[in-house]
Amino acid sequence: MTSHSARADSAGIAGSARALAERRPLGDRVFQALALVAGLLVLAILVLILVSTTQQSTTWFGKEGITGIFSTTWDPAHNKFGALTFIYGTAITAVIAVILAVPVSVAIALLLTEVVPYRWARPIVYVIDLLAVVPSVVWGLWGVQVFAPWVLPHVYAPVARALKGVPVLGNLFGPSTSGAPSGPAFFTAGLILAFMITPIVTSLSREVIATVPTIDKEGAYALGATRLEMIRGVVWPHSQGGIVGAVLLGLGRAMGETIAAALVIGSSTQITSHLLSPGYSMPAVIANQFGEAFGEFRSALLGIGVLLFLLTIIVNVLARAVVARNVQRTRGA
Amino acid sequence: MAVAPEHRKVDLREPPSWRSAKSRIATVLMVVAFVLVIVPLGFVLYTVISKGASIISGQFLTAPIPFNVAPANVGGMGPAVLGTILITALATVLAVPIGILAAIYINEYGGNRLLTRFIRFMADVMTGVPSIIMGLFIFAIWVIHFGYSGLAGAFALGCLMLPLIIRSSEEMLKLVPDALREASYALGASKARVTLTVVLPAALGGIVSGVLLAVARAAGETAPVLFTIFTVTAVNLNVFSGPNTTLAAQIFANASQPYVGAQARGWGAALTLVAIAFILMIAARLVTGRATQSPR
Repeated sequence: MTSHSARADSAGIAGSARALAERRPLGDRVFQALALVAGLLVLAILVLILVSTTQQSTTWFGKEGITGIFSTTWDPAHNKFGALTFIYGTAITAVIAVILAVPVSVAIALLLTEVVPYRWARPIVYVIDLLAVVPSVVWGLWGVQVFAPWVLPHVYAPVARALKGVPVLGNLFGPSTSGAPSGPAFFTAGLILAFMITPIVTSLSREVIATVPTIDKEGAYALGATRLEMIRGVVWPHSQGGIVGAVLLGLGRAMGETIAAALVIGSSTQITSHLLSPGYSMPAVIANQFGEAFGEFRSALLGIGVLLFLLTIIVNVLARAVVARNVQRTRGA
Repeated sequence: MAVAPEHRKVDLREPPSWRSAKSRIATVLMVVAFVLVIVPLGFVLYTVISKGASIISGQFLTAPIPFNVAPANVGGMGPAVLGTILITALATVLAVPIGILAAIYINEYGGNRLLTRFIRFMADVMTGVPSIIMGLFIFAIWVIHFGYSGLAGAFALGCLMLPLIIRSSEEMLKLVPDALREASYALGASKARVTLTVVLPAALGGIVSGVLLAVARAAGETAPVLFTIFTVTAVNLNVFSGPNTTLAAQIFANASQPYVGAQARGWGAALTLVAIAFILMIAARLVTGRATQSPR
């Protein structure tokens, strides 16, 4: 397409004459250099983020060591800064968010691409995008002032009562040993994060599903397949990989989402399997405690930031690589 | 999909009714998924509008922020409205030229080189970096040395906007037909001139739309400004020095307040913020709509 011919064109110029390049006006070369610098700035910022935040958190990394960092004791008053509870909280809320958001997002993506006609698809996309337009802090405000007070007596409390003592479900949704369920909890945070990552997972899944060749779909229909059979036989095998990428991206978003989680997760440093109990996540603890943190405390919070940055970078690189490979493969086929 | 009637008489397949029923159930489930998403969205918007509308007024948008214990009818969010506008505008001024230049590099100059693909890939990855990390980053390289300021907040929001602007602008530049470039090369224009006077204007509508969406995103962000502007309630017109405040930061501060007045002001600020974001989004759609209608 466009990029191909642009490539050929620039290669032609470069190959035809060095002399021509010498004669290019100064302004032209300055502009090219400026554009290159702007492009390199992205790489510079990413490197600087890692270097500067790591530099500010060396006190923590140095003093606590690996065992200290991955311990469960978080006690700023006694200078004990173990991050494991926050890592656990981040993982558990992100996983809840993904489990809740992915089936819904993929279903909406299928609805948009395979079921509704194009002129209906656009307004539906607008509505889904509205989810992304509502700022994180507004989700948090709604979560902490409206949703959590409502959901505790109407859903959490009856569910916890009903599942008390039930083997697996009781461990997840029953009342914890420390007491009754709480409105702000791991599950509340996971649920609100699920709403927040739905738009991105939906739009990426839709992009992937849209690359399924029409001729394959028509072939399935011609063989007498129903829509569901067509989706399972043609769309799913074709877009599996890309959807995995979309899921990973959603996971990355959910791990890094700060303000909504900070408001609804309950701010309690504990590791428990009880999802209806309050907990804490990495970004939430940074947001809530950074204001009063100095010395090693601040260094520990910045260090948690470094860990979070590395985690999200790994997840995002993986996700983008999976998506890119999948798109290339389906285009090539 | 229709089955010819004479085939029905010698039907050796399993009865089609269950298969099509399953398919129909799947379709219904897809619609249910959509409903599952819009119901909470509608509920959030309804709450924000109903709680916010009762407090919002011209006075609310301009009056100073009172103490948290003050009742709902006292004061407003003036400094936060002002701070949001100033800091987001500054972030836009910082991020837009760099973002568009980087997009120009990737699409016009980079070709298919490894470096270009690497920059594009990392810009994608950067869109996934949590916004709170941008705040910590600016805290570590700027605030520690120069103190809290609106400028620091703008740096953090700028870092957040940069990859969004790069990716959307690049997509728009890609849509400009090569015939336009070739025509102006044929007239003897240099590459910089072709890019600035032909390619960029042709892609302008889409670029503006992408920028507006990035601005909408940045205006609503709390995490990057928390550690860079040091939320205060006083008005601060000087974005280049001294603590500042934004609507998002005030909502975060008020959300966990026990006082009814502070909570009400939080909802008012939330409505203001959502309205700003919606206006920007609608503006972006209008710009794209007009850009795609105009003949290329």
